[in-house]
Amino acid sequence: MILVWLIAIPLVAGVIAGFVARRSQLASRLISLLAMVVGFVISVWLWAANYSHISLLTQRQWLAEFNVPWISSFGIRFHLAMDGMSLLLVTLTFLLGIASVMISWREIHDGVGFFHFNLLWVIAGIVAVFLAMDLFLFYFSWELMLIPMYFLIAIWGHERRVYAAVKFFLFTQLSGLLMLVAILTLYFAHHAATGVYTFEYSQLIGTPLAPHTAMLVMLGFFAAFAVKLPMFPFHTWLPDAHTEAPTAGSVVLAGLLLKTGAYGLLRFVLPLFPRAAHEFAPIAIALAIAGILYGALLAYGQTDLKRLVAYTSVSHLGFVLLGIFIGTPLAIAGAFITIIAHGISTGTMFMLVGMVQERTHTREMDRLGGLWQTAPRLSGSGVFFVLASIGLPGLGDFVGEFLVLLGTYRVSPMVAAFATVGVLCSTFYGLKFVARAFHGPNTNKWKLPDLSGREIALVGAMMVVLLWLGLYPQPVLNTFKPTAQRLEQVVHGPGMGYRR
Amino acid sequence: MFHLLWLVPAIPFASAALLLIFGPRMSHRMAGFLGCASIGLSALISILITWRFIALPPPGGNYTQYLWTWMNVAGFHPDIALYLDTLSLIMVLVVTFVSFFIHVYSVEYMHGDEGFSRFFGYMNLFVASMVVLLLGNNLLLLYLGWEGVGLCSYLLIGFWYTEPKNSLAARKAFIVTRVGDTAMALGLFLLFDKLGTLTIQPMMHAAQLQWPHGSVYATAAGLLLLGGACGKSAQLPLQTWLPDAMAGPTPTSALIHAATMVTAGVYLIARTHVIFQLAPTAQLAVAVVGAVTLVAAGFAAVTQDDIKRILAYSTVSQIGYMFLGLGVGAWTAAIFHFMTHAFFKALLFLASGMVITSMHHEQNIFKMGGLRKKLPLTYWAFVIGGCSLAGLPLVTAGFYSKGLILWGALSSPVGSTWLWIFGVVGVFMTSLYIFRLIFITFHGECQKEPSHRPGWLMGVPVIVLSTLAIVGGFVELPSYLGNHPWFTNFLQSSLPATIEAHHPLMSELGAEGWAVLAFFLGLGGAWYLFLRHREVPEALAAKGLGRALHRWWYTDWGMDWLYDRLFVRPVGWFSRTNKTDAVDLIYTGTAALTRAGWASLRLTETGRVRWYATALVLGTVIFVLIVALL
Repeated sequence: MILVWLIAIPLVAGVIAGFVARRSQLASRLISLLAMVVGFVISVWLWAANYSHISLLTQRQWLAEFNVPWISSFGIRFHLAMDGMSLLLVTLTFLLGIASVMISWREIHDGVGFFHFNLLWVIAGIVAVFLAMDLFLFYFSWELMLIPMYFLIAIWGHERRVYAAVKFFLFTQLSGLLMLVAILTLYFAHHAATGVYTFEYSQLIGTPLAPHTAMLVMLGFFAAFAVKLPMFPFHTWLPDAHTEAPTAGSVVLAGLLLKTGAYGLLRFVLPLFPRAAHEFAPIAIALAIAGILYGALLAYGQTDLKRLVAYTSVSHLGFVLLGIFIGTPLAIAGAFITIIAHGISTGTMFMLVGMVQERTHTREMDRLGGLWQTAPRLSGSGVFFVLASIGLPGLGDFVGEFLVLLGTYRVSPMVAAFATVGVLCSTFYGLKFVARAFHGPNTNKWKLPDLSGREIALVGAMMVVLLWLGLYPQPVLNTFKPTAQRLEQVVHGPGMGYRR
Repeated sequence: MFHLLWLVPAIPFASAALLLIFGPRMSHRMAGFLGCASIGLSALISILITWRFIALPPPGGNYTQYLWTWMNVAGFHPDIALYLDTLSLIMVLVVTFVSFFIHVYSVEYMHGDEGFSRFFGYMNLFVASMVVLLLGNNLLLLYLGWEGVGLCSYLLIGFWYTEPKNSLAARKAFIVTRVGDTAMALGLFLLFDKLGTLTIQPMMHAAQLQWPHGSVYATAAGLLLLGGACGKSAQLPLQTWLPDAMAGPTPTSALIHAATMVTAGVYLIARTHVIFQLAPTAQLAVAVVGAVTLVAAGFAAVTQDDIKRILAYSTVSQIGYMFLGLGVGAWTAAIFHFMTHAFFKALLFLASGMVITSMHHEQNIFKMGGLRKKLPLTYWAFVIGGCSLAGLPLVTAGFYSKGLILWGALSSPVGSTWLWIFGVVGVFMTSLYIFRLIFITFHGECQKEPSHRPGWLMGVPVIVLSTLAIVGGFVELPSYLGNHPWFTNFLQSSLPATIEAHHPLMSELGAEGWAVLAFFLGLGGAWYLFLRHREVPEALAAKGLGRALHRWWYTDWGMDWLYDRLFVRPVGWFSRTNKTDAVDLIYTGTAALTRAGWASLRLTETGRVRWYATALVLGTVIFVLIVALL
């Protein structure tokens, strides 16, 4: 039942926040914040309460579950379930949810109610995606998070918001439809094999499929997740959407929406189609490497701060894709840590860029520079998160990428070498960011207010989380472990002949 | 006593955090005190630990302090743990001790600077990271310190960030060293993959057990680690960043870019010496890199006119000696040279800082001159440091450490006469460039009046380091001087002894004679060319071949130019031209096609019945034709 609450709280609070804004904008913000905090507290509580026995969970499958019939005639159930992976992702979702509400406190003035309605519904959709264990419900949630996001970009975005929103919508919608076709194919194939109509995840696992069909169905799922991730060459919606979205939108996009793609790969593609995924792995790995290098070089070429950060996501998520398809335990654990750490570090990067833009009304490097002189705390924080992004040891991103690379090396030293060069390339854009925004002479004579108390709290909290992930990621790894083991069993199961 | 070890990095970390977070609100006095006191405490604890280590060595000659498990996943479980043996002990002692004096010096040097507390924050962070690098018991923790010191180096080179030139130098340093780090990371992957752990001591054991002499894996791992060491220690072909790094404040140059961080590569190779012993090719590569670098940098140094750049090339060259020592298996000699180099090179940089501040931030030695009388302390510091650097026989520290390396290069079974000749030529070049600097700066006519004499906060560290630059060498006396290898004996428990095969042609004393000769030739040459007859070198560099050579060496053999063409410009060009992302053309192209299709179809919708009728008829005819033909 607690899982229903996790989805219902943002849904209900979103409606209330939407209506109450006519009376008081502050109330709308406070209600949204409260909803996010409650969600966060619940998920942390779930984590703390279950932490001691979480790593023993291999037998009993879920930490928490909610399963009732929904549309019985089609075998659709309202089935939510949580394991270590979804618990961590839900926690991340609410953490970034809090951040999104707080960062919009001064930025959003128009349509406050509808804004928070959309924001909270996106969050609810994301939580539902992480919890849904019925493929129909999953697809439903997948769409639920898309539409409010479209509005967030199209209404509160920057100059080219409509273009960006439509592009985002088309990419996600088209790839989502492919997934729908794949889900339905799987549904009917399962019926053909067993005589039972069901969308239930645990039952659909192991559905016998002809190799050719399995590959096509796998690609249907993969398309949706690869576009969300985003994988090279399907990444081009991302820079536009991230750049044009309001700050909270960018935070949710980079921190959470991209992660649903990675989650989908881990939850569905590998377990449902282990063999097809294995066959497809070389292509996915090649595209991951291409994304890592291409994203980093393109980020280096940008002069718009937000666009630069957007392209870094293409590069970092390349590591996630690489880790997932390399498939060794180390690489998968690394991919997961990267998912979490990237959510925090890039999410905060977008917040910081948002703060710069709020103060200077520009994101163009040519008009910035020398901000350290006038806003040292803001600039210092910027340097901190740039360092996280370029993989400085001691911060979360490093742990993730290092584990991915370590796992990759086992399988292919050559691929690992290319990916490591990708880490080197991250230095180019990271240092360019610092040099052009914070260092250099303050030629435009900016006089900016430094971080406010609210902003310091927000950024400082994120710093602490990153340091924790970088120096003691064990709690996250332990929590993820049962999921990883189950994944390993499926992927490396008997007769799979998967790599060692 | 040993359980205090964790405090050595923890205190500077804590004070760095305080300085960086609350620094802007602190008074300069407070920030300076905090910055110095934390390092002083660390140095004090390292002295206590050293004392205890000598008096009552821990069992097995090493001590591990386990703090916590960093991560534990799928058989990979590096700890956050500190490993103390005589090698790391010596390094930590030298680093904290020299750092303390440089910090004290900085209080006066940075006086009144806007970023005073930020400076001390970065410097403390540096010391903490450096200690982690030295004490890390596994290569991943070492790598954390490794990247940490690289970060501090970057932050401090670009300390005066409003000057775009400094920011550029900082970025260059970070990126070039990270090229090396990329190789090093691959080395780490390889070592973990083949040996199953990154904890240094078990890993070395495993390597000895699993890999035969000359193993491919050992060679690959050795070369990859060498790549990392070349980046950090500014050796060919990655040395180009160090001279530009002089853009940072002078105490930074003294601490990071001379005494400590740049010798991290030497430490890395010494720490993993088992792998190099298993891989003769990799070890030879270390020696060759060192030998070539030390001579090449000597040529570059002799043509520079910026006082700090001369010293920078000198550092590159001296680390070349350490690499040479490592490469011929004279492990302890390399560490010995690290120690004496830390003393005399820090001294030279601090003294040059005195010159620069009192000359209104002038750094060109040709705009100075005759400072001997005006700045006597600085002058004598330079003479002592210079003599120690070039190796004035018997009375300076540099003489003993360099002598040991040279003898190793000649006598070791993996050494060779060629390597030794490079080393001796290096002695000549060293002597030539450092006395050139001294003669031009301190002798001759006074060109510009110094503004003031440095105070005691700068004076005391210089005096202490001057003393160490002389007496620091007496801890290791060669066979012809009573044979008291205390330093080598102390390091014996962590580094293998140098194998001395007696050289057929020369005794140790005879070989030393050549080095002494080279020293005096260099000194005499400098005296003749840069004190007596300054017109001679000017004439030489004025035209023809001499001019071309001068230019070539002045630009450090043109390597910046080459890298600019090979890497910097292509990457920049690609990123700039592809700013709008060519891949997006697929999608915008699809969109444009659709739009064009819509536009052309729209043309048919004219509202004229004649057109519709014609189209209807035409369509019918075509349809019928198709049906009929099929």
